[in-house]
Amino acid sequence: MKSNSMKIAVLSGKGGTGKTLVSVNLACVAERAIYIDCDVEEPNGHLFFKPVYVSGENITIRMPSVNDTLCNGCRKCVDFCKFNALAFIKGRPYVFDDVCHSCGGCILVCPEKAMTETEKIIGEVKKGVSGNVAVNTGILKPGEESGVPIIKKLLESCEADENLLTIIDCPPGSNCVVMESIKDADYCILVAEPTLFGVHNLSMVYELVKLFNKPYGVVLNKCLDGENPAEKFCMEKNVPILGRILFDNELGKLNSDAKIAVRESEKYRIMFLSLLETVLKEVKNMGFGCGY
Amino acid sequence: MKIAIPVDDKSMESSVCPSFGRAPYFLIYDNTTNENYFLDNGAVASQGGAGIKAAQAIVDNDVNTLLTPRCGENAEEVLSKAVIKIFKTIPGTAQQNINAFVAEQLVLLKDFHPGFHGHEKQ
Repeated sequence: MKSNSMKIAVLSGKGGTGKTLVSVNLACVAERAIYIDCDVEEPNGHLFFKPVYVSGENITIRMPSVNDTLCNGCRKCVDFCKFNALAFIKGRPYVFDDVCHSCGGCILVCPEKAMTETEKIIGEVKKGVSGNVAVNTGILKPGEESGVPIIKKLLESCEADENLLTIIDCPPGSNCVVMESIKDADYCILVAEPTLFGVHNLSMVYELVKLFNKPYGVVLNKCLDGENPAEKFCMEKNVPILGRILFDNELGKLNSDAKIAVRESEKYRIMFLSLLETVLKEVKNMGFGCGY
Repeated sequence: MKIAIPVDDKSMESSVCPSFGRAPYFLIYDNTTNENYFLDNGAVASQGGAGIKAAQAIVDNDVNTLLTPRCGENAEEVLSKAVIKIFKTIPGTAQQNINAFVAEQLVLLKDFHPGFHGHEKQ
């Protein structure tokens, strides 16, 4: 991390808790920000930003393919593949693309150099601009196995420059794509709903960020009067609560109209600015030097 | 002709295993010599690609015909490339299915389900 830049990942154990609401609005209240949509299976940040696109790039993975004239049928590639992505039939190996993990092992073990690599497009990264925010979106093609290569590309391309806030809008859950998304984050914001189901999912991402040794805090979204099980969870586990967003018709309406609340209303601008300040203060307390 | 059946136990009286790729054993039966043996399915605990690996074992044992209740798309691709016919089993033991096959009472399996691609545990 450079001294005056910071990467904040926003995650939650399930979809629909408000990751994108928090991410988009935090990016907008920062002076300059990059918003990175790592929810590559269902990216939706762009619906709010409506960015002017400046570039697009296809993302490929490498797939082995067999050169029949070079292959001597020794079967070493098939025996090597731990993913069972190769079958050996009538003296010839066959590749199953949807099972292949692109490890390249079959290419290494082939003594005849009969295994070559071909590129397969699995999705794209689109970059655009919306006011003070650079908007980078990853899109995985339907039916493709894993969004990890797209997320890797998204995050390597955001080499942060000075005074730039990076907001990483993570996929829901706590699986590989989430791990890839938070790997280089300086801080994790967990967004939680005030339900028992919400607490279950919160506890999953809580375990994950602890495992990754990331500093973290919780934003309680959709807060109602009465008991909040997610808040209780935070109290019990001594998890810092960064802010509370009320279950609020006006905010819900703006959001469902794909409008960015902080760009529409001073009230929400102040609310998210205060949330951002709290987050930055938390990060400072964790010993990060930051320039905000 | 060599016939393979996914089975739950190493016995001709075993029930047919509902899964092809994850079956614990395969019965390999030769109806010309009346000999049989059982194969441990190395794919039973595979993280992914179990159907491909199981089908590979069937191919490697020079099987001509597979009798199974279900089969995935990837396994079907391997088996069809190796020109192995796939028939749908009927309720009953392995022996009863062999008898039914010999009596031409089994029909070709037509539906092949999509693979799980490592998602089984999610």
